[in-house]
This record gives sequence, C-alpha cells and structure tokens, in this order.
Amino acid sequence: MKVTLFATCLVDMFQSDVGKATVEVLERLGCEIDFPESQVCCGQPAYNSGYVKESKEAMKKMIDTFADAEYVVSPSGSCAYMFHEYQHVFKGDPIWEPKARKLAEKTYELTQFIVDVLKIEDVGARLEGKATYHTSCHMTRLLGVQKAPMILLNHVKGLDFTELPGKEQCCGFGGTFSVKMAQISEQMVDEKVQHVEETEAQYLIGADAGCLMNIGGRINRQGKPIKVMHIAEILNSR
Amino acid sequence: MAMKIGNENFSDRVGKGINNSFMRGAVSGAQDSIGARRLNAVEELGNWEEWRSHGEEIRQHVLENLDYYLEQLSDNIAKRGGHVFFAATPEEANDYIRGVIKKKDAKKVVKSKSMVTEEINLNASLEEIGCEVIETDLGEYILQVDDHDPPSHLVAPALHKNREQVREVFTEKLGYKKSSDPTELAQHAREMLRQDYLTADVGITGCNFAVAETGSFALVTNEGNADLVTSLPQTQITVMGMERLVPTFEELEVLVSMLTRSAVGQKLPSYVTVLTGPREELDVDGPEEFHLVVIDNGRSRILGTEFQSVLQCIRCAACLNACPVYRHVGGHSYGSIYSGPIGAVLSPLLGGYDEYKELPYASTLCGACSEVCPVKIPLHDLLHKHRQVIVEKEGKAPVSEKLLMKAFGLGAASPKLYKWGSKLAPSAMNPFTSDDKISKGPGPLKAWTDIRDFPAPSKERFRDWYKNRDKGGNQS
Repeated sequence: MKVTLFATCLVDMFQSDVGKATVEVLERLGCEIDFPESQVCCGQPAYNSGYVKESKEAMKKMIDTFADAEYVVSPSGSCAYMFHEYQHVFKGDPIWEPKARKLAEKTYELTQFIVDVLKIEDVGARLEGKATYHTSCHMTRLLGVQKAPMILLNHVKGLDFTELPGKEQCCGFGGTFSVKMAQISEQMVDEKVQHVEETEAQYLIGADAGCLMNIGGRINRQGKPIKVMHIAEILNSR
Repeated sequence: MAMKIGNENFSDRVGKGINNSFMRGAVSGAQDSIGARRLNAVEELGNWEEWRSHGEEIRQHVLENLDYYLEQLSDNIAKRGGHVFFAATPEEANDYIRGVIKKKDAKKVVKSKSMVTEEINLNASLEEIGCEVIETDLGEYILQVDDHDPPSHLVAPALHKNREQVREVFTEKLGYKKSSDPTELAQHAREMLRQDYLTADVGITGCNFAVAETGSFALVTNEGNADLVTSLPQTQITVMGMERLVPTFEELEVLVSMLTRSAVGQKLPSYVTVLTGPREELDVDGPEEFHLVVIDNGRSRILGTEFQSVLQCIRCAACLNACPVYRHVGGHSYGSIYSGPIGAVLSPLLGGYDEYKELPYASTLCGACSEVCPVKIPLHDLLHKHRQVIVEKEGKAPVSEKLLMKAFGLGAASPKLYKWGSKLAPSAMNPFTSDDKISKGPGPLKAWTDIRDFPAPSKERFRDWYKNRDKGGNQS
C-alpha cells in the first residue's frame, strides 16, 4: 500500500525522530512511503489565530502537493484534522472546495490509519515501563479518533499502562494560545503535569507534536524524570 | 450591575483569578462533580446525540421563525389580559419597568434569578428611584448582601464563595450569629426572605422559556423561590431575552429536561413553574397584573449573521463546567456577567469588541464546550470566527502579530522559502541553544520559554534524513 507522508512542520524541524519512527513503523507494516518535498506547514497557526486569508495560500499548496496521493498519513491528530478542515475553509469555491474534500477523504492520523485502514492492532512493539497517554483535543474531539491509539498501546508488550486523570482536559497548548495567553496556559499545563505525575508513569505518550512540546517543555523545565514520547516512537520500539 | 463587571483590564482580572486559590478549588471541584453528574444524566437517556440534534432543531426553528412566535406569544398574553412590551435597549426596558413600579407606587420588589435583568442593570435602575430590590435565589441573595458582588457562573452565581465567606457576609451585613453550617445559613436567608415575600409590592422574574402557543412562561428552580415571587405580590413583571421561547409545551418538555441534565445533572429540577398571564376568576393566587418585557439589546443584530447559533443557548452553563480555561481563571476574569465559552462568544456581540476583544482568544479551541452543548452551538467555531472578524474586519490585532502572520503566509506558501528557513533555523537558534533545548528564547519565543523549554531545531531535519536515506546513506 502506498502512503504519502504528511510529516508536519514541527516534526520536520524539531522532532525528526518522530518522522523517522513513523516511516519505519509504516514500512514494517508493509507500506511504501512517499514524502513529497514540496510540503510546507498546514496553515494552522495562522488560521487558528484568525488570519484565514494568510493561511489559504499554504492550504492550496498542500492540496496540490497531496493531490495524487492514495493515502495521506500524518503523525499528528491536529494537523490531520486541519486537512479535514480545508473543505470548510474553501466552502463555495468551485475549484478548491472539491479538491479539499478529496484531500480530507484520504487523510488519516497515523494510529487511525494503522487500525482502520491497515486493520492491524498489534504492530509487534515492545517497551518495558510504566506509561500514560495524553488524549489530544483536536484528535479526539474534532477528528474523532478515540480508540485507535489505545488499541495499539494495549498491544505493546511490557507496557504497564495507567489512564491519565482528567484526560479530557486540554494541556493548554492551543497553538498561539500558549504564548498569547501564557499566564493561563501555564496553569493548564501545570495541572496536566501534576496529573501525569500522579500516575507515576515513566513515559508520557501522545500523538500530537504540539501538545507534547508543551507538556514536555514544562516537564523538562521542572526537571521531572518523565520521558515524553510520541506514539510513533513507542510503536517503533522493539 | 450591567453586563460589564469591574474596570480592570483583562490581564489583571486573569491574574487575580489565577491567584485566588479558594475560587480555583471551588471551580475545579464543581467542574469535576457536576461534570460527572451531567455525564450520568445524559448517558442514561441512551440516545443523547439524538436529543442534542432535536434540541438544536427546536432552537433553530424558533430562531428562523422568531417574529412569528413572538407575535403569537404577545397575542396570547394580551388575550389573557397581560401586557407585553418590546424593549430595543436596556434603557427602554428599565424605563418601562420603572413606569410600572411608579404607577403601583411600589416600594419593594422581590426577584427570582434572572441573567437578563443583570444584563440591563435593572436593580440599580430601580434602586435609583428609591425602590428596594431583593434577590430571592440564595446565590444571588448572598451576592446582593455582599455589596452587589457580581455573579461568576450562569447557574451557580456565588460559586466563588465558600461557606465561611458567606457566614462572614451574613454576620457583617445581616447580624447573623450562628455557624457556617449551610443548613443554618440557608435557614437564616429563608427567614429574612419570608418577610420580604409577604411585604413586596411587585415580583420580577426572568424566563427560562416562554411558550408561544399559550402565552405561558416557565421558570426552573431548585429553591421554590420563583413560586413565591409569582404568587404573593399583586403585580408581576417577567423579563425575557427575545430568543427564549418555544412553540408549544411539547418542545418545553424536551428543553427543560435537557437544561437540567446539562446544568446540574438532574433528571428534573425541584420546581418547574409555569404561569400564564394574570390571575383569573377561579385562581386562588397569582398576580392581578402581569407584564412581559422582551429584551432585544443587540440580539436582532445577531440574527441572520454567522453568529446566529449563539442565540440557541438555553443558559445551562455546561460549557462553563467543561472549559479548561474557565477552570483556572473563574468567571470574573471574563469581565462580563456572561462568562465561560458562551460568554466569550456572546459578550463581544452584545458589548462590542472594544470591551471584549481578548475573550475570543481565551480559548485553546479544544472543543470541550461544543461537545457538551445540549443544543449543539459550535462554540469553538464561533470563537474562531470572532478572531477572524477581529483580524480582518475590525483590524484590532497587534501590528507585530500581523507582520508575523504575513511572513508566515509567505513562508508557508512557498516550499522554497520554507525549506531555506527551516534549514537555517538550527544555526539561527544556536546562540540560544544548550543541551538541545532553548531556555531563554528571543522575540515571540520568550513568552513560551518563560514557562517551558523549547526544543532546539533538529540538527538534521526529517526531510534531509529522508532524502539521504533514499540515496542509501541512512538506511536503518
């Protein structure tokens, strides 16, 4: 099966290990990976801040870049959701709306793709240790991917899993919210870190680079002994 | 108290909220317990999503035919001998109500809970003409006794106060001498209020829903105070937001059930009081004179716009109880009697962007509000729409942000620029980087690194790894 990878700008620039793990997991599951070099950012930072006009050019670029893909897969729930949002942004546009709808129909978040399309629940991963999982808001509520990451994590051998208290609460990232409303964001991420600590987990797992950068950044600043890992890295552990 | 509360700026209000550890404990505790009760109450229905769609459909139908139903309501009230007044502004509403009070030579008014009377600043307007106004909802009563402390929650207005604080207020203002036991506190309030009910000339209520078909209106309470407000005084005035109506009792039943389940996780409240016009010949109690005041105050301006769905709101406050921002900053931080996600959408529409331009940004767009809304208002989408209006129509975004976003637009739309920018990033960030992290970032990054570390850009971008790997250089 041919998969076109939408790596996301955060993974491309800051978390290349997550991109590598994504490629390796998918290849192991029998996929052939394509990474079109012309991909840029999905436009979400500007779009969510109200700069819809500015973000549309980036969106058009992305629609064109992935026009010929059979499946588009992204290791980020929020960015994959953005691809689904494009059709609403271009609503009423005779050229771009149909193109955007086509893109949405073939775009999947990584765990969603593995479980729903590849129909695989056990990727053969192994990792010893105590772990908890942060459910990202956009992935869970907006993209509607709730079960797939848990199904995959439950099959990781050696992983001692504890549910995160208050898991439905946002971590306080929210893109530009994290800097624009920094004082509120700080309180939110602090409560999230506190909940992670309550689980006594060694690993905090997530499926969204933005949330992980936020929670991980706070954990590092406070010097807590918790390792923040993307679910692609967990699924790639053997 | 008008819609606006306090004179501090947004950031100071938020700072004060964040530092109020008691309030935060109360709010997060209430969110957790009410949230769990709500979930049980909606899940036991078995098909909550169908209920939501039905609730949305009812509210949308009313908004699409608002003129028709308002006329029907008004005709039916008139037929029963009641008076109806349509007020375009708070001033018109207050003038009309003052007129009724003066004509009756009323000295004392008892009120049941009503957000819309807070919105139009009715109490102050009546006090100005020497009329004593007494709130009878326990939460509102506590706030009123405490020098008109503003409400911080749509349903539980005194959520920010604990029983010790209530005891202090009662001791200082009412000569209360007993303990902080809630039963004793409530008993004292009951005793005080009982005299007021018996001696009040006019009763004023809000309106949860008016029923167009019969000219009735319904009040939902747990204290029974609305029953006394509507049955003892000789004159009754009901104030409603112009969108708060349903076609028939059938829809009323659906929405009341959704309201109480969403608000506090109750199947039914203790009291649903339905009244239809003034007392009739065979009635044993009820007012001799009945006035309905319908408030527009900017609502008709919202009709027909992309924000129309905000008028579907039934004021259950489920969005406040689910909001992670409200959780940490509390209701007063919003600077409006309408707080939480619904307040952040509604306040700029009713009170203007100058006053409330920060509120649409006080959200991570996490969607928790939209998920719990019983009538499916897409609250996080409306917050996003506000941002778009602020940037594109109002031009109120900061210049530095505009430039940054313009640069973003150029960079993100051009694969070449993006590629070069991301390639140069590691060396550009080098002076700020140690141990693969940035602890003190320049420019916009500072707000981030004040709180958390920022990762240093990867030494090898993912795209470079991928490219080299294709050539066989990095094959794992």
